[in-house]
Amino acid sequence: MFIKQISVFVENKSGRLADVTRNLGDNGIDLIAISISDTTDFGIFRLIVDLPEKAEEVLLKNGFTVSSTDVIAVSVKDEPGSLARALTVLADEMIDIEYMYAVGKNTKGAVVILKVNDIEKAVKVLEEKGIDVLPAEKVYSL
Amino acid sequence: MIWNEEIECINRKELEEIQLKHLKNAVERAYNNVPFYRERFDKIGLRPEHIKTLKDIEKIPFTTKDDLRDNYPYKMFACPLKKIVRLHASSGTTGKPIVAGYTRKDLDIWSECVARIIVAAGGREDDLAQIVFGYGMFTGGFGLHYGLEKVGITVIPSSSGNSERQLMLMQDFGATIVVGTPSYVMYLSEIAEELGIPKKNFKLRLGLFGGEGHTESMGKELEERWGILATSNYGLTEVIGPGVSGECIYQDGMHFCEDHFYPEIIDPETGETKGYGEEGELVITTLTKEGTPMLRYRTKDITVLNPEPCKCGRTSLRMGKVLGRTDDMIIVKGVNVFPSQIESVLLETEHIGPHYQIVVRREGYMDSLEVMVELANRELVDNFRALESLEENIRHKLRTVLQIDAKVRLVEPKTLERFTGKAKRVIDLRKQE
Repeated sequence: MFIKQISVFVENKSGRLADVTRNLGDNGIDLIAISISDTTDFGIFRLIVDLPEKAEEVLLKNGFTVSSTDVIAVSVKDEPGSLARALTVLADEMIDIEYMYAVGKNTKGAVVILKVNDIEKAVKVLEEKGIDVLPAEKVYSL
Repeated sequence: MIWNEEIECINRKELEEIQLKHLKNAVERAYNNVPFYRERFDKIGLRPEHIKTLKDIEKIPFTTKDDLRDNYPYKMFACPLKKIVRLHASSGTTGKPIVAGYTRKDLDIWSECVARIIVAAGGREDDLAQIVFGYGMFTGGFGLHYGLEKVGITVIPSSSGNSERQLMLMQDFGATIVVGTPSYVMYLSEIAEELGIPKKNFKLRLGLFGGEGHTESMGKELEERWGILATSNYGLTEVIGPGVSGECIYQDGMHFCEDHFYPEIIDPETGETKGYGEEGELVITTLTKEGTPMLRYRTKDITVLNPEPCKCGRTSLRMGKVLGRTDDMIIVKGVNVFPSQIESVLLETEHIGPHYQIVVRREGYMDSLEVMVELANRELVDNFRALESLEENIRHKLRTVLQIDAKVRLVEPKTLERFTGKAKRVIDLRKQE
């Protein structure tokens, strides 16, 4: 159910993002979603890919500082208020969202990646309320 | 004007007699009252009575900063604490400072030496001097303070910080002398410019700069910006503080207070004494200090001594600008910083690697210190808060040890340069000015 997200520590210097994505591309790894957050001197580059284990291995081998984190993917209808409904479910259950970002692929609805403080509970309550939580295989094949 | 003509213009023969008399006393006192010196002497079979000429000083073993650190806090003191009326301290290599103790007489001599330097630089009784050195354990503020008062100059002890208020006091009180580190006084002029304060609002005519060295070009810039004569003086906490030597109005070397401090230049590698005019490490013996006497203290400062009489009439040796250091100490914002201090902080911090790089910059005229460390624990990578608090934690620890703010930057592992020989941890970009 959980999706393996790859996080890469990148210094703020030109070419680092290109380096990461080139290494993945050269190894036939497909990007499904990306996000970057930064401070003045470093950033965290977060990626969802089709082959997370391989991606982590490739990046480690090439000297990047990488970790993997479990996240969830929620599919919501592409209409006003649908994301809010999903997030309200989490808020009502006092589950905190650490960060989130959207999948960059064309999908029927919209797919949002969420990192929450209690992932098991999050999946449970979302499903109970009829929110579509995507299984990992489905996300990797987007 | 000369503060103490009798001593400052003394003929060299007479001076040497005074120095020898003082040296014998100093050695005797150190040997009898400081176990550290007694052990050093006994180990090589040296006795105070073996010091018969000034040249015999070369028989005495050197004293180093490490010795002072090993004897922290009071073991270098040559008199009981009840005779000590003041303590000062400067930063050491491990976070433990170097301590100096002053008797009443030491303070009097300190003021006397500082007074000579102030008057040599052109300070007069009718001046008003604003001290923008930090007061406290640092010797700069108090050292100049009492010397200025001794000359009869009105002291404005504004200390460092709060630049706008400094500038207000400077204008309103009509300060004619500014006393501080060159970088801070330069910074003040930039602030004055930003605030649009016209130069004519200031009455400054003289700058007494110490606590850190400054290049000739920075001296010129200070002179132009403030319309002052920018003079340098030299000293170190270990031997007394400021007042060891200072420039006269001709700005051609710093006149040494030789009746209280005996200077030698040595080859830092071999320890051999070098002649006048030769570059080497300055070694100082305190001739009259009661609290914490120093015998052949290695300053680690590289300079030259000039014996030629000066145009000003003083016959004292003149010390050149400090040309460098024998160790890797750097001076940032007037504070001594040792890479080893930074290293000790980093080594006790989790999640980072042992390699580091220090970058010192001069932004405008203020120094900045940046420490780059490699992130070693990849578990933290996804956690922004952990990464930021790691940086903050290191910054806080550095601040505690160094007394100044450093910028901490996490970098990717294995990206900092590795060294096989002596590591060049410090990149000092200020030298490219």
